[in-house]
Amino acid sequence: MKLQIDSERCQGHGRCYDLAPDLFGDDDEGFGKVLGDGVVPPGKDREARLAVANCPERAIDLLEET
Amino acid sequence: MAVDDRFSDDFRQARTDQPLGTRNEIITGPVSDWASDFSHLEPEWSADPYPIQDDLRQRCPIAHTERFGGGWLPTRYEDVAAIAYDTERFSSRAIIMGNFRPPREIAPVGGSPPISSDPPFHHDARKLLLPAFTKAAVARQEPATRAFCHSLIDTFEGRDVVDAAYDYAQHIPMRVIADMLGFPAEDGPQFREFVENTLEGVNLPPEERIARMTMLSDYLLAQVHDHIDHPREDLTSYLLNAELYGHKLEPWHVVGTMTLLLIAGIDTTWSAIGASLWHLAKTPEDLQRLVADPRLLPTAMEEFLRAYAPVTMARLVKEDMHWRGVDMKADDWILLSFPAANRDAAQFDRAGQVVIDREVNRHAAFGLGIHRCVGSHLARMELRVALEVWLARIPRFSLGNPSAVTWSAGQIRGPRALPLRIR
Repeated sequence: MKLQIDSERCQGHGRCYDLAPDLFGDDDEGFGKVLGDGVVPPGKDREARLAVANCPERAIDLLEET
Repeated sequence: MAVDDRFSDDFRQARTDQPLGTRNEIITGPVSDWASDFSHLEPEWSADPYPIQDDLRQRCPIAHTERFGGGWLPTRYEDVAAIAYDTERFSSRAIIMGNFRPPREIAPVGGSPPISSDPPFHHDARKLLLPAFTKAAVARQEPATRAFCHSLIDTFEGRDVVDAAYDYAQHIPMRVIADMLGFPAEDGPQFREFVENTLEGVNLPPEERIARMTMLSDYLLAQVHDHIDHPREDLTSYLLNAELYGHKLEPWHVVGTMTLLLIAGIDTTWSAIGASLWHLAKTPEDLQRLVADPRLLPTAMEEFLRAYAPVTMARLVKEDMHWRGVDMKADDWILLSFPAANRDAAQFDRAGQVVIDREVNRHAAFGLGIHRCVGSHLARMELRVALEVWLARIPRFSLGNPSAVTWSAGQIRGPRALPLRIR
């Protein structure tokens, strides 16, 4: 699975980097960014889904890879 | 260095050369029908707006009023979100719904940028502020905030009943924003007056409202001059030095943004802290659970923000239009109720209940879209620290006298008197 933030939608609420600090960080204006290549490491699925489900702007996509 | 003479003449005079805006007849008194005559300034709304909003969501999801020169109240999440996102058809040139509409010429800047600004100016004015309000930037205020919360609770020594709104909640954001703006810490009581004048004085006669707002701009101007003479590392000096489009900011932009940071930073967080403590005081099972397991605080806090969202915004309709079944006229108000959106059962399970371990909570307490509260990270830090310190120091408390609790009027809602029995 791979995380992606739609920067057009992200408004910097920061729920993703509050809830899943291993997967997300922020830039110098507080907008969310995916750490590394966005691939969700083993055991981090739950955090990833929590971040997606709590984004007020629905700006995070979780792409299921095969 | 060149002398900063932007504020030396009475720059306020220059702005009064603009068109005047419009005033309408002030209508107060009991609401006849909330669907056609709503008012967020009547006592029934302040005391408990949720049953009113829940009822409207069922029978008239976009309510109307002739008060305030005409306005609309959407109560469904999807309608509130759509308006927040639609800056083409809904303007932020006024964000306090009252009896005065500033002239159209004031857009896209508005009186207190960036909250009062529309695109494209909004983006640039907001960008100036964002770095000062990131999670990392506000974390620098945390140790002082925590120490201050402890010092407030130290003063409760020997008392059985304290007012959690008056003696605790209000002081925390006042102190934090005073520090950030570089204002004297002892000016807090004046800030309370400024906040009440701005947000609760909406239905006062115009002369009185203007006189009260002038007190605020006089105060801010004095702070500006003090900072020009004695520059320091704070937001006021930052704004005085900031540039946009290759120039220092216009003087009214500096003062407008200072107004925003002072007013919006105080009673919002004061309300959130107070409402959270009010909930815990009247819900012993939630209090006991949270004290027993402080790891619940992050979800509990977000749930208090959802269920008791302090902030309602406003917009002005730009042009006559038919919108989702109603005929809106240019310059009609929209009362943009994030609290109502947050209790829409179409968006939230058990919307009317407070569920302190709610895991999925896509609430809109800090707004949606480009006007997301610029201070949201600061507010969350203050709310978390205020609750952590209170719960650690005062793990058992209850509502002494529920009927003694009073709530603020207008668009920011929170307890203003909250007597709690603490031993």
